[in-house]
Amino acid sequence: MEALKQELKSKIIEVLNLEDIAIADINDDDALFGDGLGLDSIDALELIVMLDKDYGIKLVDPKEGKTIFKSIETMAGYIAENRVK
Amino acid sequence: MKKTYINGLGCISAQKTFDTVFLEEAELNENSTILSLKAPVYKDFIPPVAIRRMAKGVKNGIVASALALKEAQLETVDAIITGTGMGCIEDSEKFLKAILDNDEQFLTPTSFIQSTHNTVGGQIALGLQCKAYNLTYVNGSVSFESALFDAKMMIEEEEASSILVGGIDEMADYTMSLFKLAGFIKKENQGPYSILGSTTKGVVFGEGATFFALENQIKNNTIAEILDVEILNKLNVSEVENKILSFLAVNSLEISDIDAVLLGYNGDVDSDLYYKNLSNTTFINVPQVYYKHLSGEYDTASAFGLWVGSKIIQTQSIPDIVKLNALDKQSYKTILLYNQRNGIDHSFTLISSC
Repeated sequence: MEALKQELKSKIIEVLNLEDIAIADINDDDALFGDGLGLDSIDALELIVMLDKDYGIKLVDPKEGKTIFKSIETMAGYIAENRVK
Repeated sequence: MKKTYINGLGCISAQKTFDTVFLEEAELNENSTILSLKAPVYKDFIPPVAIRRMAKGVKNGIVASALALKEAQLETVDAIITGTGMGCIEDSEKFLKAILDNDEQFLTPTSFIQSTHNTVGGQIALGLQCKAYNLTYVNGSVSFESALFDAKMMIEEEEASSILVGGIDEMADYTMSLFKLAGFIKKENQGPYSILGSTTKGVVFGEGATFFALENQIKNNTIAEILDVEILNKLNVSEVENKILSFLAVNSLEISDIDAVLLGYNGDVDSDLYYKNLSNTTFINVPQVYYKHLSGEYDTASAFGLWVGSKIIQTQSIPDIVKLNALDKQSYKTILLYNQRNGIDHSFTLISSC
């Protein structure tokens, strides 16, 4: 699980082009949206595509995203349970 | 009918054209087929949250427009009009590559959103919260002049009192490789690539963003007046002189009234024929200036040319690095710019001091 969290942090920095942020700057329970990393709705779309492309997870219900993308902790948990690749 | 004045300039190019007066730090690079950009510190102008999604063309456009507005002491404008030949090609490449790499699946929104030709105009408007007229012209090498022409008409017709007008183009790796294959860019390992006296086809390529804050009134910071702009699609070499004479005559001017002429020499042996005839005969007694050895060639390089022309009027001097001949004038009041590329997209732009 720890390796997956580190992988997610690295992917998020790369995919969302967070130039000034390092892996060490993101805590597992930091909010990804709003006051935390400050991600927005376009970032949410990027993350949905990333889940599909890298882990084979298709989010059917957009409302799920709010819970899944709350933090690195919640993302890693959801991916570990649902990944098909 | 209102007149059009340039009250602010902003330029990001292959030279240090920001935080300088007028090309005093210019460096001639004749060893590369592509001139890389002298980039400003983007974070000084663009919030970090916004900057992470922007390709360099967008960032350059925003910075150049901010510099022009600052010099003109304007907070906002009545219109934003841009010209670009290739648009945001970097993000277009990213998006198209993603389609191919991922077998037309997993397409992400960011590069698609940013890939349109009017991204720069749109981002400037978002930054200024300017909901006014916003248009982008994509007309090859007269993209910028088309924008300038529109802006001038809007000011003349009193549809706007202040307008931000600019030309932006950016390079992207795959497009440059195609341009090399097509022979648009000079062959590698055949340098030095001197523009004057070139005997080969192709150009040294460049990129940049140049903006002008135009207003309908003279201020203390007014740099020049835009007297006229004319665009012509296709001309033969032998037709150009008469077209220029007619253009000047419409403005009650003759060749002897021109204090400097800026010619768009780009080092392509065929394209430069259009200028050589003028250099050797029509304008032989006029101070001549060239600039694409400093900016590189790109669809809106003529905006860099207008920046050079405006700076000549503003500083009343022509730096040695852009002089084509040894002639000088006591003062530089009226300046003509002529640009074309491969015999099409001809433009004449006339500016004067106020």
